[in-house]
Amino acid sequence: MSLPLFLVFAALLVVSALGVILQRSPVRSAMSLVSTLFLLAAVFVFLDAHLVALLQIIVYAGAIMVLFLFVIMLLNLQSEPRETGRVGFRLVAALAGSFLALEVIQLTRAKGTVAGLGMSGAVPEGFGLTETLGERLFTHYLLPFEITSVLLLVAVIGAVVLAKRHTS
Amino acid sequence: MALEIGIAAIKALVVLLMVLQLAGTLGWVERKGSALIQDRIGSNRAAVFGFAGAGLVNTLMCDPLKFITKEDVVPAGADRLLHLLAPCVNLFPALVAFAVIPFGDVLQIGDQTINLQVAPMNVGVLYVLAMVSLGVYGVVLGGWASNNRWSLLGGIRGSAQMISYELAVGLAVVSMVMTYGSLDLQAMARAQSGVVASWLPLPAWGIFYQPLAFLVFLCGGIAESKRVPFDLPEAESELVSGYFTEYSGVKHLMFFMTDFIEIIIVSGMVVTLFFGGWQVPYLMRDGFHLPWGSLIAVPHLLVTLLQLVSFAVKVLFFCWLQIMIRWTLPRFRYDQLMRLGWKGLLPLGLANVVLTAAIILAVQSR
Repeated sequence: MSLPLFLVFAALLVVSALGVILQRSPVRSAMSLVSTLFLLAAVFVFLDAHLVALLQIIVYAGAIMVLFLFVIMLLNLQSEPRETGRVGFRLVAALAGSFLALEVIQLTRAKGTVAGLGMSGAVPEGFGLTETLGERLFTHYLLPFEITSVLLLVAVIGAVVLAKRHTS
Repeated sequence: MALEIGIAAIKALVVLLMVLQLAGTLGWVERKGSALIQDRIGSNRAAVFGFAGAGLVNTLMCDPLKFITKEDVVPAGADRLLHLLAPCVNLFPALVAFAVIPFGDVLQIGDQTINLQVAPMNVGVLYVLAMVSLGVYGVVLGGWASNNRWSLLGGIRGSAQMISYELAVGLAVVSMVMTYGSLDLQAMARAQSGVVASWLPLPAWGIFYQPLAFLVFLCGGIAESKRVPFDLPEAESELVSGYFTEYSGVKHLMFFMTDFIEIIIVSGMVVTLFFGGWQVPYLMRDGFHLPWGSLIAVPHLLVTLLQLVSFAVKVLFFCWLQIMIRWTLPRFRYDQLMRLGWKGLLPLGLANVVLTAAIILAVQSR
C-alpha cells in the first residue's frame, strides 16, 4: 500500500462523506454518497480486496444508489431548509456521534495497531482473491450465506405482495 | 521500477487514444453507413484543399470544431454543478472500462515481458461491469439537472433500462466465468486457444460453447449502450433527445462520444468473451499449429502483430455490426423493451447458467 495515494483517497472520502450530510439538495447529497461509496471501494483496493471493491461499486454505487436517486427524482424532493428547532433530536444525534467517535478512538489508541483488533498484521496467502473468498463463503459461512439468500427472497416476495395489493 | 511505470503509462495512453480515435471514426462510419443504407450520399460538403475524404473531413474535423465553438447553454433553474458533472460522469467510466480488455498476449523485448493489457486484474470482468453500471449516473443526472420534463423522462427511462439489462448481461458473464473458470479477461482470452476437439477443428472460441450467452450478452450490451432499437431514453420523436436535450457544445459532444465508446466496449467484451479476444485461429506462441498436425513457425514479433491485427479486425467488425443493427431495426415500445429484458433475456440467461453448471458437473464427474 502506498501511503501518499491512500491519504489522497482517504481525504477525498472524508470530504465527500461530509458532503452527504452538509448538502442542502437531496440529489447532491445522494451524489456525495455515491462518490463516498466509490472512494471507499478505492480504499478496499489499497487493502488488496479487489473483489470486495468491485462488488461495492456494482451493488451499492451501481444499483442501490440509482434507486435512491430514482425515488428522490420521482418525489421531486425540495432542498431541506436549515434545521433550527428540535433540540431533542440534535441532542440524541450529538450523543450517538460522540459515542461512535469515542469507540473508534478507544479502539485505535488502546490497541495501537491492526494487530490489536484480533487480526494479524500480515496478509495471508491468496488474500482477497475470488477463489479464496468463494471457498470461505461456501464452506465456513455456508449457513449464513443461505439464510441471507432466503431473507432476500422473502423481501422480494414481500415487495411484490405489497405492490400488488391495491391493484386487484 | 521506472521502466515498468513508463511501459504502463505508454500502454494506457496508447489504448486511450486508440479508443478516442476509433470513437471519432465510428461517427464517420455511422453517418456514411446510414447514408448507404438509406440510399443517400451523406456528408460530403467540407473539404480541405479540395479533399473531402468521403466525408472524413466533415466528421473528423468540422464536427468537433462545430461542437467546440458552439455556445454552452445551461437552462434557467438548472443545477449548474450537476449539469456540468453529468456528461463527465457519463464519459469517465466508459473511458476507463477498456483498461482491462487484453489486446494481445505478451510482447517479449529483450528480457522484458510486456503483458498486452493496460491493467491486469484478477477480477477484470467485474471491473467492466462496475464501470458500465456507474455510467447510469450520467444519464440520471443529465435528465434531472436540466430542469426539463423531457430530459427527466429520458433520464428515468434510461436508468430503468440500464438496471434491467445489466442483470441479463451479468448472467451471460456468469456463464462465461463458469466456462473459463476465471474472472481475468486475459486468462479468458488465453483459455480460447487451440481447437474445440481433435475431430472438430473449430477454434476453441466461447461462441461455440456458449451461443445462448452470446445472444443474451449482445442484446443486453446494445441495450446498455442505449442505441436503436433500445434508444427509448433519447427517443427523438417523443422526448426531443431525452436526457441530453438541454446540452450543447462540448458537453453534448461528451454524451455523443460516450455512445460510440460504449459501442467499442461492447465489441471489445464480445470479442474477448466469445471470439477468442486476440487469438488467431491455430496460431500459438511459436507459430501456426494446423489441424492436420503440421507446424508453420512464425517469429515472435509477427505473432504479436497478427494478434493485434486479429483483435482490431474483430472489434471493428462488431462495431460495424452494431451500427448496421441501429440503422436496420425500428425502435421498441417501452413495454416491449421491459418485457424483452425481464421475461426474455433474464430467464434465458438464468437457464443458461443452470445448463452450464449441469454440463460442467457432468463433464467433471465422468
